[in-house]
Amino acid sequence: MKSFMIIGQYVPGNSLIHRLDPRTKLIVIFTFVIIVFFANNSWSYGWLTLFALILVLLTRLRIGYILKGITPVWFLIFFTFILHLIITKEGSVLIEIVGFTIHEGGVLQGLTISLRFFLLVLVTSLLTLTTSPMEITDAIEELLGPLKKIKVPVHELALMMSISLRFIPTLLDETEKISKAQASRGVDLRTGSIKDRIYAIVPLLVPLFISAFKRAEELAMAMEARGYRGSEGRTKLRQLQFKSLDFIAMIIYVLIIIIFFSLRN
Amino acid sequence: MMTAIEFRDVYFRYNEDAPWVLKKFNLKIEENETVAIIGHNGSGKSTIAKLANGLLVPQAGDILINGRKLTASNVWEIRQNIGMVFQNPENQFVGTTVRDDVAFGLENRGIPRKEMIKRIHTSLTQVGMENYQDHEPHNLSGGQKQRVAIASVMATYPEILLLDEATSMLDPRGRKEILSTIHDLKEELEITMVMITHDLHEIILTDRVIVMNQGQIYKDTTVDHLFNDYQGLQSIGLSLPLTVELAIELERQYDYQFTTYPLDNEEFLKALWTSNLKE
Ligand SMILES: Nc1ncnc2c1ncn2[C@@H]1O[C@H](COP(=O)(O)OP(=O)(O)O)[C@@H](O)[C@H]1O
Ligand SMILES: [Mg+2]
Repeated sequence: MKSFMIIGQYVPGNSLIHRLDPRTKLIVIFTFVIIVFFANNSWSYGWLTLFALILVLLTRLRIGYILKGITPVWFLIFFTFILHLIITKEGSVLIEIVGFTIHEGGVLQGLTISLRFFLLVLVTSLLTLTTSPMEITDAIEELLGPLKKIKVPVHELALMMSISLRFIPTLLDETEKISKAQASRGVDLRTGSIKDRIYAIVPLLVPLFISAFKRAEELAMAMEARGYRGSEGRTKLRQLQFKSLDFIAMIIYVLIIIIFFSLRN
Repeated sequence: MMTAIEFRDVYFRYNEDAPWVLKKFNLKIEENETVAIIGHNGSGKSTIAKLANGLLVPQAGDILINGRKLTASNVWEIRQNIGMVFQNPENQFVGTTVRDDVAFGLENRGIPRKEMIKRIHTSLTQVGMENYQDHEPHNLSGGQKQRVAIASVMATYPEILLLDEATSMLDPRGRKEILSTIHDLKEELEITMVMITHDLHEIILTDRVIVMNQGQIYKDTTVDHLFNDYQGLQSIGLSLPLTVELAIELERQYDYQFTTYPLDNEEFLKALWTSNLKE
């Protein structure tokens, strides 16, 4: 349970990347995710990889920790590689094993696609590693702010996100408590066939859901009692502020993109 | 003196098939009074609190807050003067940190940010939680969360404070924390306070005790006189504090006479002295 939670989990720190405004980070990551798909030769891939590695160094986090954090994705990256290796039938044949042929194009395709995948996951995990979930929520609310004009409930969505974040530890605690209680009554989640295990989860989920609904109801009442009535006329304690660091970062990032596009062919 | 909370012939039930929770219910609580409402589970205490700040709407009758009738159009405005602390510390903590939680009610009222920061500091100091501003709820004890809930409410400068079994889910230590916090608030501020509880120890702090039984006021009295009719209290499902029970036994089996029944050990000792002297 605990190790599962590590994927991209926020590690407080004071590095350059940590200190950037979450909006800056969101904009960079979001555009990076798109730009990765424009890479079309080894120069442009190399340039993006270099950029990603420099970002990794700037976070001052242990590289081993970051790579371990994306463990579940390694399998997917590997799988993607194998898939393209086998499926793509372009270029000269490199090896032939029991009916399977591996072509030059396959290796190339496999490498580029999994590199692309790796870059995406790496850079996104840098965002969540260096930015607290609340900062991300605030940044999303700010950046999507203009959508309020077309009646997108941005404030409500952000509030929902922050309340979910606030209740995750509570519900995890509760899950643990209930599963212990059920285990003491002989419910076994760890052995037996898949069907047995799924049946065993039911007595865990039912009380969890009931209590979650009760919590939601009480929370809604408490919020109303404290005067919550939507975003109108509301002020905010948390405020984001672009600093000179953000402007410098943005200028450098734009230069990196310009160089990237000139490296493509 | 102004009447802070008034119920006039209030009828309330949760839905049409359900029995009346309150039937022709009348209640008056004066400004700056500290009142305890006690009663067995399901006697209608929480319902009264929720009606008083407009979270529930009565089917008939009027509810007046500071002399103004509560209506659908002024409920938001009137509610701004009423702070409410609920039973479950976990389910009323909205913010991801202590600071954000206290800010929540202020943000809702559109208080400017600078003022907010000042008020957050002051109200957290009042409850002794000023060093926990960045703490997240899952790192706080129940008593600490409940103190934050009180701070959140106090930061909005309410005229009326409703505490609905605010200590019932806490361990003895958390309970003590909250009671001393409430005690201090009462010393410092002029505020109408309604403490709903089924723990008879907590009524020490109050001027007046209202005993609820099945949606009716069973008794409207003071702490000193409450236990004169202890058989009645037991018959409506309230358990007496140990010290009171002991005092009653002493009266019954030996020739002790207590003028008032003691609610804690200290009072008990004092009562023993005076009752001995009488002989
Ligand atoms: N949300 C609800 N829906 C239906 N019935 C309710 C609800 N809340 C309370 N009741 C009923 O109303 C009565 C009074 O409840 P309540 O005011 O919560 O009592 P107390 O706070 O004194 O324990 C009880 O009989 C209870 O079952
Ligand atoms: Mg209740």
